[in-house]
Amino acid sequence: MILKGKAHVYGDNIDTDRIIPGKYTKTLDMQQLADHVLEDVDPDFHKIVQPGDMIVAGENFGCGSSREQAPLAIKAAGVSVVIAHSFARIFFRNAINIGLPLIELSSYNIQTGYDLEVDVTNGIVKNLYNNEDYQGAKMPDVMVKILSENGLVEYLKKYKSYS
Amino acid sequence: MEQTLIEKIISNHSSHPVMAGDIAIVDVDLVMATDTTGPLTIKAFENMGGTEVWAPEKMVLVIDHASPAPNEGIAVLHDLMRKFAKEQNIKLYDVGDGICHQLMIDHEHVKPGQLVLGADSHTCTYGALGAFSTGVGSTDLAGAMLTGQTWVKVPETIKINLTGTLPEGVVAKDLILHLVGKLGIQGATYQAIEFTGEVIERMTLDSRMVMANMVIEMGAKAGLVDLKGLDLPYEFDMLQPDKDANYIQVLNVDVSNLEIQVAAPHSPDNIKNISEIGDVSIQQAFIGSCTNGRLEDLHAAAEILKGKKIHPNVRLIIAPASRQVFQDALSDGTVEILSAAGASFLPSGCGPCVGTHQGIPGNGENVASSTNRNFQGRMGNRNSNVYLGSPAFVASAALHGKIINHNECKKEAIDSL
Repeated sequence: MILKGKAHVYGDNIDTDRIIPGKYTKTLDMQQLADHVLEDVDPDFHKIVQPGDMIVAGENFGCGSSREQAPLAIKAAGVSVVIAHSFARIFFRNAINIGLPLIELSSYNIQTGYDLEVDVTNGIVKNLYNNEDYQGAKMPDVMVKILSENGLVEYLKKYKSYS
Repeated sequence: MEQTLIEKIISNHSSHPVMAGDIAIVDVDLVMATDTTGPLTIKAFENMGGTEVWAPEKMVLVIDHASPAPNEGIAVLHDLMRKFAKEQNIKLYDVGDGICHQLMIDHEHVKPGQLVLGADSHTCTYGALGAFSTGVGSTDLAGAMLTGQTWVKVPETIKINLTGTLPEGVVAKDLILHLVGKLGIQGATYQAIEFTGEVIERMTLDSRMVMANMVIEMGAKAGLVDLKGLDLPYEFDMLQPDKDANYIQVLNVDVSNLEIQVAAPHSPDNIKNISEIGDVSIQQAFIGSCTNGRLEDLHAAAEILKGKKIHPNVRLIIAPASRQVFQDALSDGTVEILSAAGASFLPSGCGPCVGTHQGIPGNGENVASSTNRNFQGRMGNRNSNVYLGSPAFVASAALHGKIINHNECKKEAIDSL
């Protein structure tokens, strides 16, 4: 799977309360989540984000609560992939489970507005601004399998069990 | 094969023994979801083709995060949960029963040595009972509802050995805040923590729950509290790690000189000694949450507020962790003391902690709170500042209208006698 999009760069420890505040989480309406995504980090993000755009962050992206509304809000806003130095554990699982690809990169030279090309299957990020390539960390096989089915719902529909 | 506690528990739930780093398919003893995560969980379960939960007696639903419903949209979600619980014959705790983690322990849904998944990040609280319990999202929980299993990566373990004696007025909350500050917000990501030592052995169950509850604030998957010294109303196996188990890190902490600890805005690892805080006025004070809304917490507040009135500029809000806690505090006179001092009581639930309703601070306001997170906007307003501390810290702030060292206040009161 090859994705292309523009980078939106944010810092370290972007917690789930800032990805989608608790007051907006009690809904099954994905558009409502998308309308408030990241508003306490960047109030304009939900207005400027374009389908296919990518979030690029620092350490510990998604720390805090277990709310799956965090990756759902990001996905519903049209973001195709989140790239970060590291992810909080629950967020990592949640994103893969709903079919939002993540790439863990120890270092990168990316600024907001750069065009990126991401090879999700092989975890490679191509920086089209300066032609640098970055190799992402390998995910456990079980996660690769879940992501290749576009999430845990489709995975369990198909395989019926984990073993 | 010498194993840590979590390696043992996961091995006991897997088809073969495992060590840190292994991926294991495990049998789950219990699953739990709340009104933040439950509706999405139910939808995911149905989308997976689920019609019957694998074991209805091993599932619990709790309406606690926006409870009672503050608006029509949420009322509809609550009803969706009630309907599902009824159809599937699942135990549901409704409005006012209490906060999920308190109910899971008090009603003995969780026992030592079990493996529990909860669609709430503070599910790690049951580590107080020596259970491996961890927070997952809605879809992971739906997968367990369908199959009775999940997959886990067996975590490495940090051992924290706590020695000495906590000074008077310094409690489990100060200790866990100190450790969150020391390890940092991602200091234990993907790892488990074992708490052990004489300090733990003397702790009440309430205090052990405080320790396990906030390990997620270091990114940990689980926080297992040594069962030594724990008294439970039933018999249980005192599962212990092997003597030569492999730890990624061993921390020895002498608690004897620990000061009162405060997490300053806007991160739970922004920890300061109270003496470093300076002059901070307080407009709202909140005692409650799965971290510190238990009986010993209300007692600590009542000890400070007995016969006094809170500062006129402060709103003191209290949400007991469960109806049982409220009733116990009613019958022993604690509620009367706190109410007479000016506290407002809310139904048991999570509301103010997670910013859903019933106590959203105003612009520029400072809040003293006994909860677990103070990320920007956590309590529902990004333009407010939340200071986390123990219930005694919150009660003192409510009394004086500013952050103040309750130990020094006590000393001054004694000196002036």
